[in-house]
Amino acid sequence: MNRNVEYTCIVCPAGCLLKVEAEGNRVVKVDGAGCPKGVEYAKQEFSDPRRMVFTVVRVRNGELPTVSVKTSKPVPKSKVFNLMRMLASIELEAPVEIGQVVLSDAYGAEVVATRRVGRREAGKHGCKPVSNSLKH
Amino acid sequence: MIEQKYDVIVVGGGPAGLSAAIRAVETGLKTLLLENREMLGGIPLQCVHTGFGIHCFKEDLTGGEFITRLIDRAAEIGLENMVKTHVLRVQVDSASEKTVYAASPRGLLKTKAKAMIYAVGARERHQYEVGLTGDRPDGVYTAGEAQALMDIYGVLPGRRIVILGSGDVGLIMARRLALEKAEVKAVVEVLPYPGGLTRNIVQCLNDFNIPLYLGHMVREVRGSGRVEKVIVARVDGDMKPVEGSEFELECDTLIVSAGLKPDVDILEKMGVEIDPATRGPVVNEFYETSLPLVFAVGNALVVNDLVDYGVEQGEAAANYASKLLEYYATQRLKWRRVDRGRNVRFMVPQLVSGAMDVLFYGRVQHPEDNVRLLIRETGFEKRFSKVKPAEMIRIRIPAEELVKAKGERLTFEVVG
Amino acid sequence: MAVETRVTIIGAGIIGAAIARVLSRFENLQVYVLEENYDVGGGASRANSSVIHPGHEEDPDNQPLRARLCVEGNALWRKWCWELDIPVKWAGELMLFERNEDEKEAEKYLEWARRNNVPGVRIVRGEELFEIDSSISRNIKGGLHAPTAGLISPFEAVVALVENAVENGVRLLTETRVKRIVTRNNNVVGVETSRGLIEADIVINAAGLKADELSHSAGVEPWFRIKPRKGEYIIFDKDAEPKPTLILHTMPTPLTKGVYALTTIHGNLMIGPTAEDLPYESKGDTSTSLKGLDQLVKEASRMLHRTPPRSKIIKFFAGLRPEPPDGKWLIKAYSKPHGFVNVAGIRSPGLTAAPAIANHVSSLLREVYGLKLVEKKSWKPFRRRITTVNEMDYNTLDKHILENPDYGEIICFCNNVSKAEVLEAIGRMLAIGVKTITFDGVKLRTTAGFGKCQASRCRIRIALLISEATGTPLHSIIVKKASIGVGGVKTLWAESKEDVEND
Repeated sequence: MNRNVEYTCIVCPAGCLLKVEAEGNRVVKVDGAGCPKGVEYAKQEFSDPRRMVFTVVRVRNGELPTVSVKTSKPVPKSKVFNLMRMLASIELEAPVEIGQVVLSDAYGAEVVATRRVGRREAGKHGCKPVSNSLKH
Repeated sequence: MIEQKYDVIVVGGGPAGLSAAIRAVETGLKTLLLENREMLGGIPLQCVHTGFGIHCFKEDLTGGEFITRLIDRAAEIGLENMVKTHVLRVQVDSASEKTVYAASPRGLLKTKAKAMIYAVGARERHQYEVGLTGDRPDGVYTAGEAQALMDIYGVLPGRRIVILGSGDVGLIMARRLALEKAEVKAVVEVLPYPGGLTRNIVQCLNDFNIPLYLGHMVREVRGSGRVEKVIVARVDGDMKPVEGSEFELECDTLIVSAGLKPDVDILEKMGVEIDPATRGPVVNEFYETSLPLVFAVGNALVVNDLVDYGVEQGEAAANYASKLLEYYATQRLKWRRVDRGRNVRFMVPQLVSGAMDVLFYGRVQHPEDNVRLLIRETGFEKRFSKVKPAEMIRIRIPAEELVKAKGERLTFEVVG
Repeated sequence: MAVETRVTIIGAGIIGAAIARVLSRFENLQVYVLEENYDVGGGASRANSSVIHPGHEEDPDNQPLRARLCVEGNALWRKWCWELDIPVKWAGELMLFERNEDEKEAEKYLEWARRNNVPGVRIVRGEELFEIDSSISRNIKGGLHAPTAGLISPFEAVVALVENAVENGVRLLTETRVKRIVTRNNNVVGVETSRGLIEADIVINAAGLKADELSHSAGVEPWFRIKPRKGEYIIFDKDAEPKPTLILHTMPTPLTKGVYALTTIHGNLMIGPTAEDLPYESKGDTSTSLKGLDQLVKEASRMLHRTPPRSKIIKFFAGLRPEPPDGKWLIKAYSKPHGFVNVAGIRSPGLTAAPAIANHVSSLLREVYGLKLVEKKSWKPFRRRITTVNEMDYNTLDKHILENPDYGEIICFCNNVSKAEVLEAIGRMLAIGVKTITFDGVKLRTTAGFGKCQASRCRIRIALLISEATGTPLHSIIVKKASIGVGGVKTLWAESKEDVEND
């Protein structure tokens, strides 16, 4: 029994409509791709769709209450919400440096910080925006 | 009063301003950068997603990663900067002297500079500018404000969300909110085609089964304290709501993602000519506005698709500023004015001399397939398999092509 | 020392606030002002035309009370604005005629001006018209000029009155909704509120749109009902031209004083109001409509020789005027029940007349209840407004910054409002007894968030300052009526129990 699935290609801005014909888990045909990269994308999307995850995790005693994070490489699309749940329970202690590993085993990827969050000055409460004036 | 003197003063510490200031220092100009927020960096600080630095760092970075590189570079070369410093007024004393008055916690600043690079960015169109009527409850945010709330200040704006406008920021917010388990009810777009990139439609909406209503408008907002629902209607060819097509979406938050406008407040007060098409200043190929040695770059010049364009504009303006300060030549050049022909919404720069190659940034009015971009007066043409308003046209046109135009005009048009 | 009489005023709008200030003079009164909202001045007092009327449009035969108090109020505001440092501009107004026949109608107002003792009212025609205000449409034939008209910031007026009243001993209780007037043996004994019973000897009902319900609960005037009359307005950006120097308006209709085109005290062109009678039950409907917007743009083009493009509109809003039967204000001190005073149905020119109404009410207390009011020796007539960066020259600003660096930190980029002003507004709200500091209260006191970007950049920054000042978590800061967020960014994950799909 052959299955037909459609994807909109995101490799380039052209946005080709890709028509995949598959037998079980095997792609037999990709129609509509304007380039070979589109065919590759369709195959990957059919057999093992993956996504980068971009979010924030909470930070204690930071100049900001959150730090932005990303996965070091795409994770299986079906695991995105599992990963979000794991990240929701994490709270880091400031300071956080860019590239710092926040979660080391995230479905084959690492989750790393993508922002710098300094420690908040003693005595201050609440969240304060980052202050990183370079001089003065 | 703090009185000081610089070669160039850069207003705005986002990507375009930082790049301009860094390059200005590198070319040996005595440079001061002013930023009105608490920190350098601008909008990329609140962007957790990638799409930054593809051209200038050849890497797909997140907003934070990208801007940190610029901030680190600025620190490395000792760029003088002041944060929490808001420009109140700029007085043009002569072609090569401007006085910038600014408020800062250290005192009132009176800075004289030969040149100014204006890079304050754009501001978002808000609910009143898109003509949203009905009640005026709490829970209506622009996309950028919602983004800052969540990803800088750690506040979830709402539980049930409707997004008005399908620009990229709106789509990205749809995904961000969905990832945090908010229920994103719909994205409503008045135009018959999406405002954002295809990639974002696929990965921000389709992945989360968020419906996109094209050709629809939010007719009214309802809610006594907080937003309770919005009334959505289909629009006809004149963008007027079709009676009887209304339906309700219950939500507690409405996010308006209806595009950006260059923030030209200060330039307007200085008397700089504004282009009604970009809503930014008219500039020549040096990014110089109608006032000598007043440059404009980044989203304050034209709303760019990519941060990299703002960076290249900033760097270019600093290079030109450095050259023009040495030898002021623009007044002697004969300018050809760029006109908008068929299916061209805007072209920047708006004035070219023909003395050098020019990198143009443009946008079409509506999507088309298999078209040519033409310069009517020179016969120049370039083929495009697809053009759409969501994607800027960026094209370098050689000087020898530009000088072919005999008159004072260069008309860009997109034809089949 | 005289026995203290407990007076409770319901409603901290312009009327309640003016009465509070007048009564704060007397040492033998203990005055409370009850307000159901988070802040003062939240109803009709913040959404109106902001005009101090001269009084020539009030019919001396049918509305003698309105006519008298309007003219008196106009004169009193001059003194009150000076004492209380309320921003005001005595611009003068011009009722415009499009047709020559309109001049006949205008003669009626000339006659009323004479009978009501409104000075300086005269007809202006031809070139003189455009000389006194070049923004007027060239299709306009003439106008009735009334030089005593003024413009005020109505919300700031309420704030000033309350601040002054509180400084003189009045107590404000916000978030206190009055459910009914409590009487015993034909005497007022107090009011039942959302916070319990508050005892009082005299209750003054200045509850705006809801004054009729409260009056009924006191058992008086069962026929008296207030109809909400909606008026929509549009506001253009500060840089939008033209900016009329006079207060321009079209000929009055039975519903309104016409539509105004004026430059607000903060320098924005404002057009409005529309007039739409709503059903009695629609007392919360301040919605705007495309129809209203279209109508106002059209009205503007009738009055102005050119109108700014629609893209320069930065805000539209609507207010509800409390319209009484026959347009008659109900100002009365009752002996059954003894101690109940209605100041109800105060439609236009209520803002203008407020100081005179307040004096009138104080006279009623003497006359009807025989109160012997004893003036305080220590009464303070003066109050200063918030010091603003916008009103300073650069040297003055520099001096302020050296003393307090917060003046140098601009929070609202559109209107140049500093952190010092925001903190001062928060401090003043706390000082009058506001329990929940809202973003809206700061906005209305400082003009932060009133500019081009309509707070999309400063709302969070101000919420953060409120959060720091009050210790309230950022996400719970109230914007106007609801909180800025629903929780921390991970709130919904913390709430969700179900497992995510594991396919």
